[in-house]
Amino acid sequence: MKAVYAVFWREMAILRRRMVKTLISYAIGPALFLIAFGWGLGRSVTMEGVDYLTFMIPGLMSLTSMSQAWSIGMDINIARFYWMTFEEFQTAPLHHLAITLGEVLAGMVRGLLGAAIIALLALLGGVRIDPSPLLLLSLGLNTFVFAAASVVGAMKVKSHADQSSLNSFIITPMTFLCGTFFSLESLPQWAAWLVKALPLTHASQCIRAAALDRPFPWISLLVLVLFGLVFFYWAGRCVRKASL
Amino acid sequence: MDGPAIEIENLVKHYGQVKAVDGLSLTVRPGEIFGFLGPNGAGKTTTVRILTTLTKPDKGTARVFGHDVVREAVAAKGLIGVCPQHTNVDAELSVYENLKLHGLLHRMDPPRRESRINELLEFTGLSDRRKAQAKVLSGGLKRRLMIARALLHQPRILFLDEPTVGLDPQTRRRLWELIQASLRSGATIFLTTHYIEEAEKLCHRVGIIDQGRIIALDTPAALLERVGRVVVECAGEEDGMTFFEDRDRAAAHAADMSGDVLIRTANLEDVFIRLTGRRVRP
Repeated sequence: MKAVYAVFWREMAILRRRMVKTLISYAIGPALFLIAFGWGLGRSVTMEGVDYLTFMIPGLMSLTSMSQAWSIGMDINIARFYWMTFEEFQTAPLHHLAITLGEVLAGMVRGLLGAAIIALLALLGGVRIDPSPLLLLSLGLNTFVFAAASVVGAMKVKSHADQSSLNSFIITPMTFLCGTFFSLESLPQWAAWLVKALPLTHASQCIRAAALDRPFPWISLLVLVLFGLVFFYWAGRCVRKASL
Repeated sequence: MDGPAIEIENLVKHYGQVKAVDGLSLTVRPGEIFGFLGPNGAGKTTTVRILTTLTKPDKGTARVFGHDVVREAVAAKGLIGVCPQHTNVDAELSVYENLKLHGLLHRMDPPRRESRINELLEFTGLSDRRKAQAKVLSGGLKRRLMIARALLHQPRILFLDEPTVGLDPQTRRRLWELIQASLRSGATIFLTTHYIEEAEKLCHRVGIIDQGRIIALDTPAALLERVGRVVVECAGEEDGMTFFEDRDRAAAHAADMSGDVLIRTANLEDVFIRLTGRRVRP
């Protein structure tokens, strides 16, 4: 665990230095979504039996926690190809899973911070989200899945440009398709099935159910666990391959 | 952990069609300062990357104090310190944090870690920059930080890949004093350099590498003996160098030559030219 802590400590030391800038950047995008679609449009629209703002906030929490957890990959990419500081990890006597877990935990912290900011913004809009254990579990799993996937991506790509392409091909489609902004019930059957193959869909369903105190989709939680295990195993292999 | 500090057998590494390392074999003794000399693209950095577990060889084996760098990579990593050619300090962390991170990665216990950090900060003249972010340091100070970092956990083998490249002579000299003085007794140094005079002055033995192969391996003095200790150089002629065992014979030869003639002591660069027909420095 000392090795995991060492990797995690480095990422937290950098996050601490950038904290104000980071928190502001975490808040800007979601705040714009809230203003435009929530407070602007959402007052007059209902979805799945609640006003749109209340519907959208859990979706935004899924989305933001995903994208911030995913952002650890960009930092790994910069550490590998620009600063070359990742070599410090690679030449230290660390097990590859320690490096992987340290990075994933750092991604999870970012993702959870992002979700906390949405909860605060929601409070300003009059929507209170209680941090129930199921909500925290769902958020934790969502950030775990995407931080692990992000480590895979960061270890696979060969340049900064490739990393940006990953965002365009993986994160952007999920942002708009996975039930964060609309109910999956409005999709045609085939599209709904397609979207259900994506992890954010299951994260959104779990987070929304936990936040709005609805029946919890345990199957989706299980799917997230499976995604998490697969991505973590894969991330470990990629780190091992890169570090012998 | 007896036996050679480094043992390389028939190492091969390709990058596409290019053979960066071509059947290289080499042994470095414990406590030795070993110089690895060669022009750009000769395979020096690839060899160092393999030895420091950053690159996997295609064929052959490399061992660090008996630990195979591929199959026992974690054990091998525990014995080495690395100062790479490129600057890779963590720019956003402070000088102290860079060293603390290294100590954490090498699982040093906190009292020893803090004491070594203070010792090395003092030693490298970075004490007053302790809280400064690494990104504001000059190139020379960043190099000092990298060397302090590589020495922090008291490695048994220190890999220095062009550690003084791009630095002014005064800073280079200072860095070498630091490295020599700070190394614990019996530590081994594996040094790659373009600076011939560094290799001559510092290294117990020198391996000359060209096109991925070792073409000569001996003490600097013995290598010089091979080509002759004195050079007669004829200005304006590309291949106008003749080697002699002593200055008298060189002077006798020079007396018969026309034009500008220079008689000087041979160096390792001359050895390299003699062996390959090319210069170490491009």
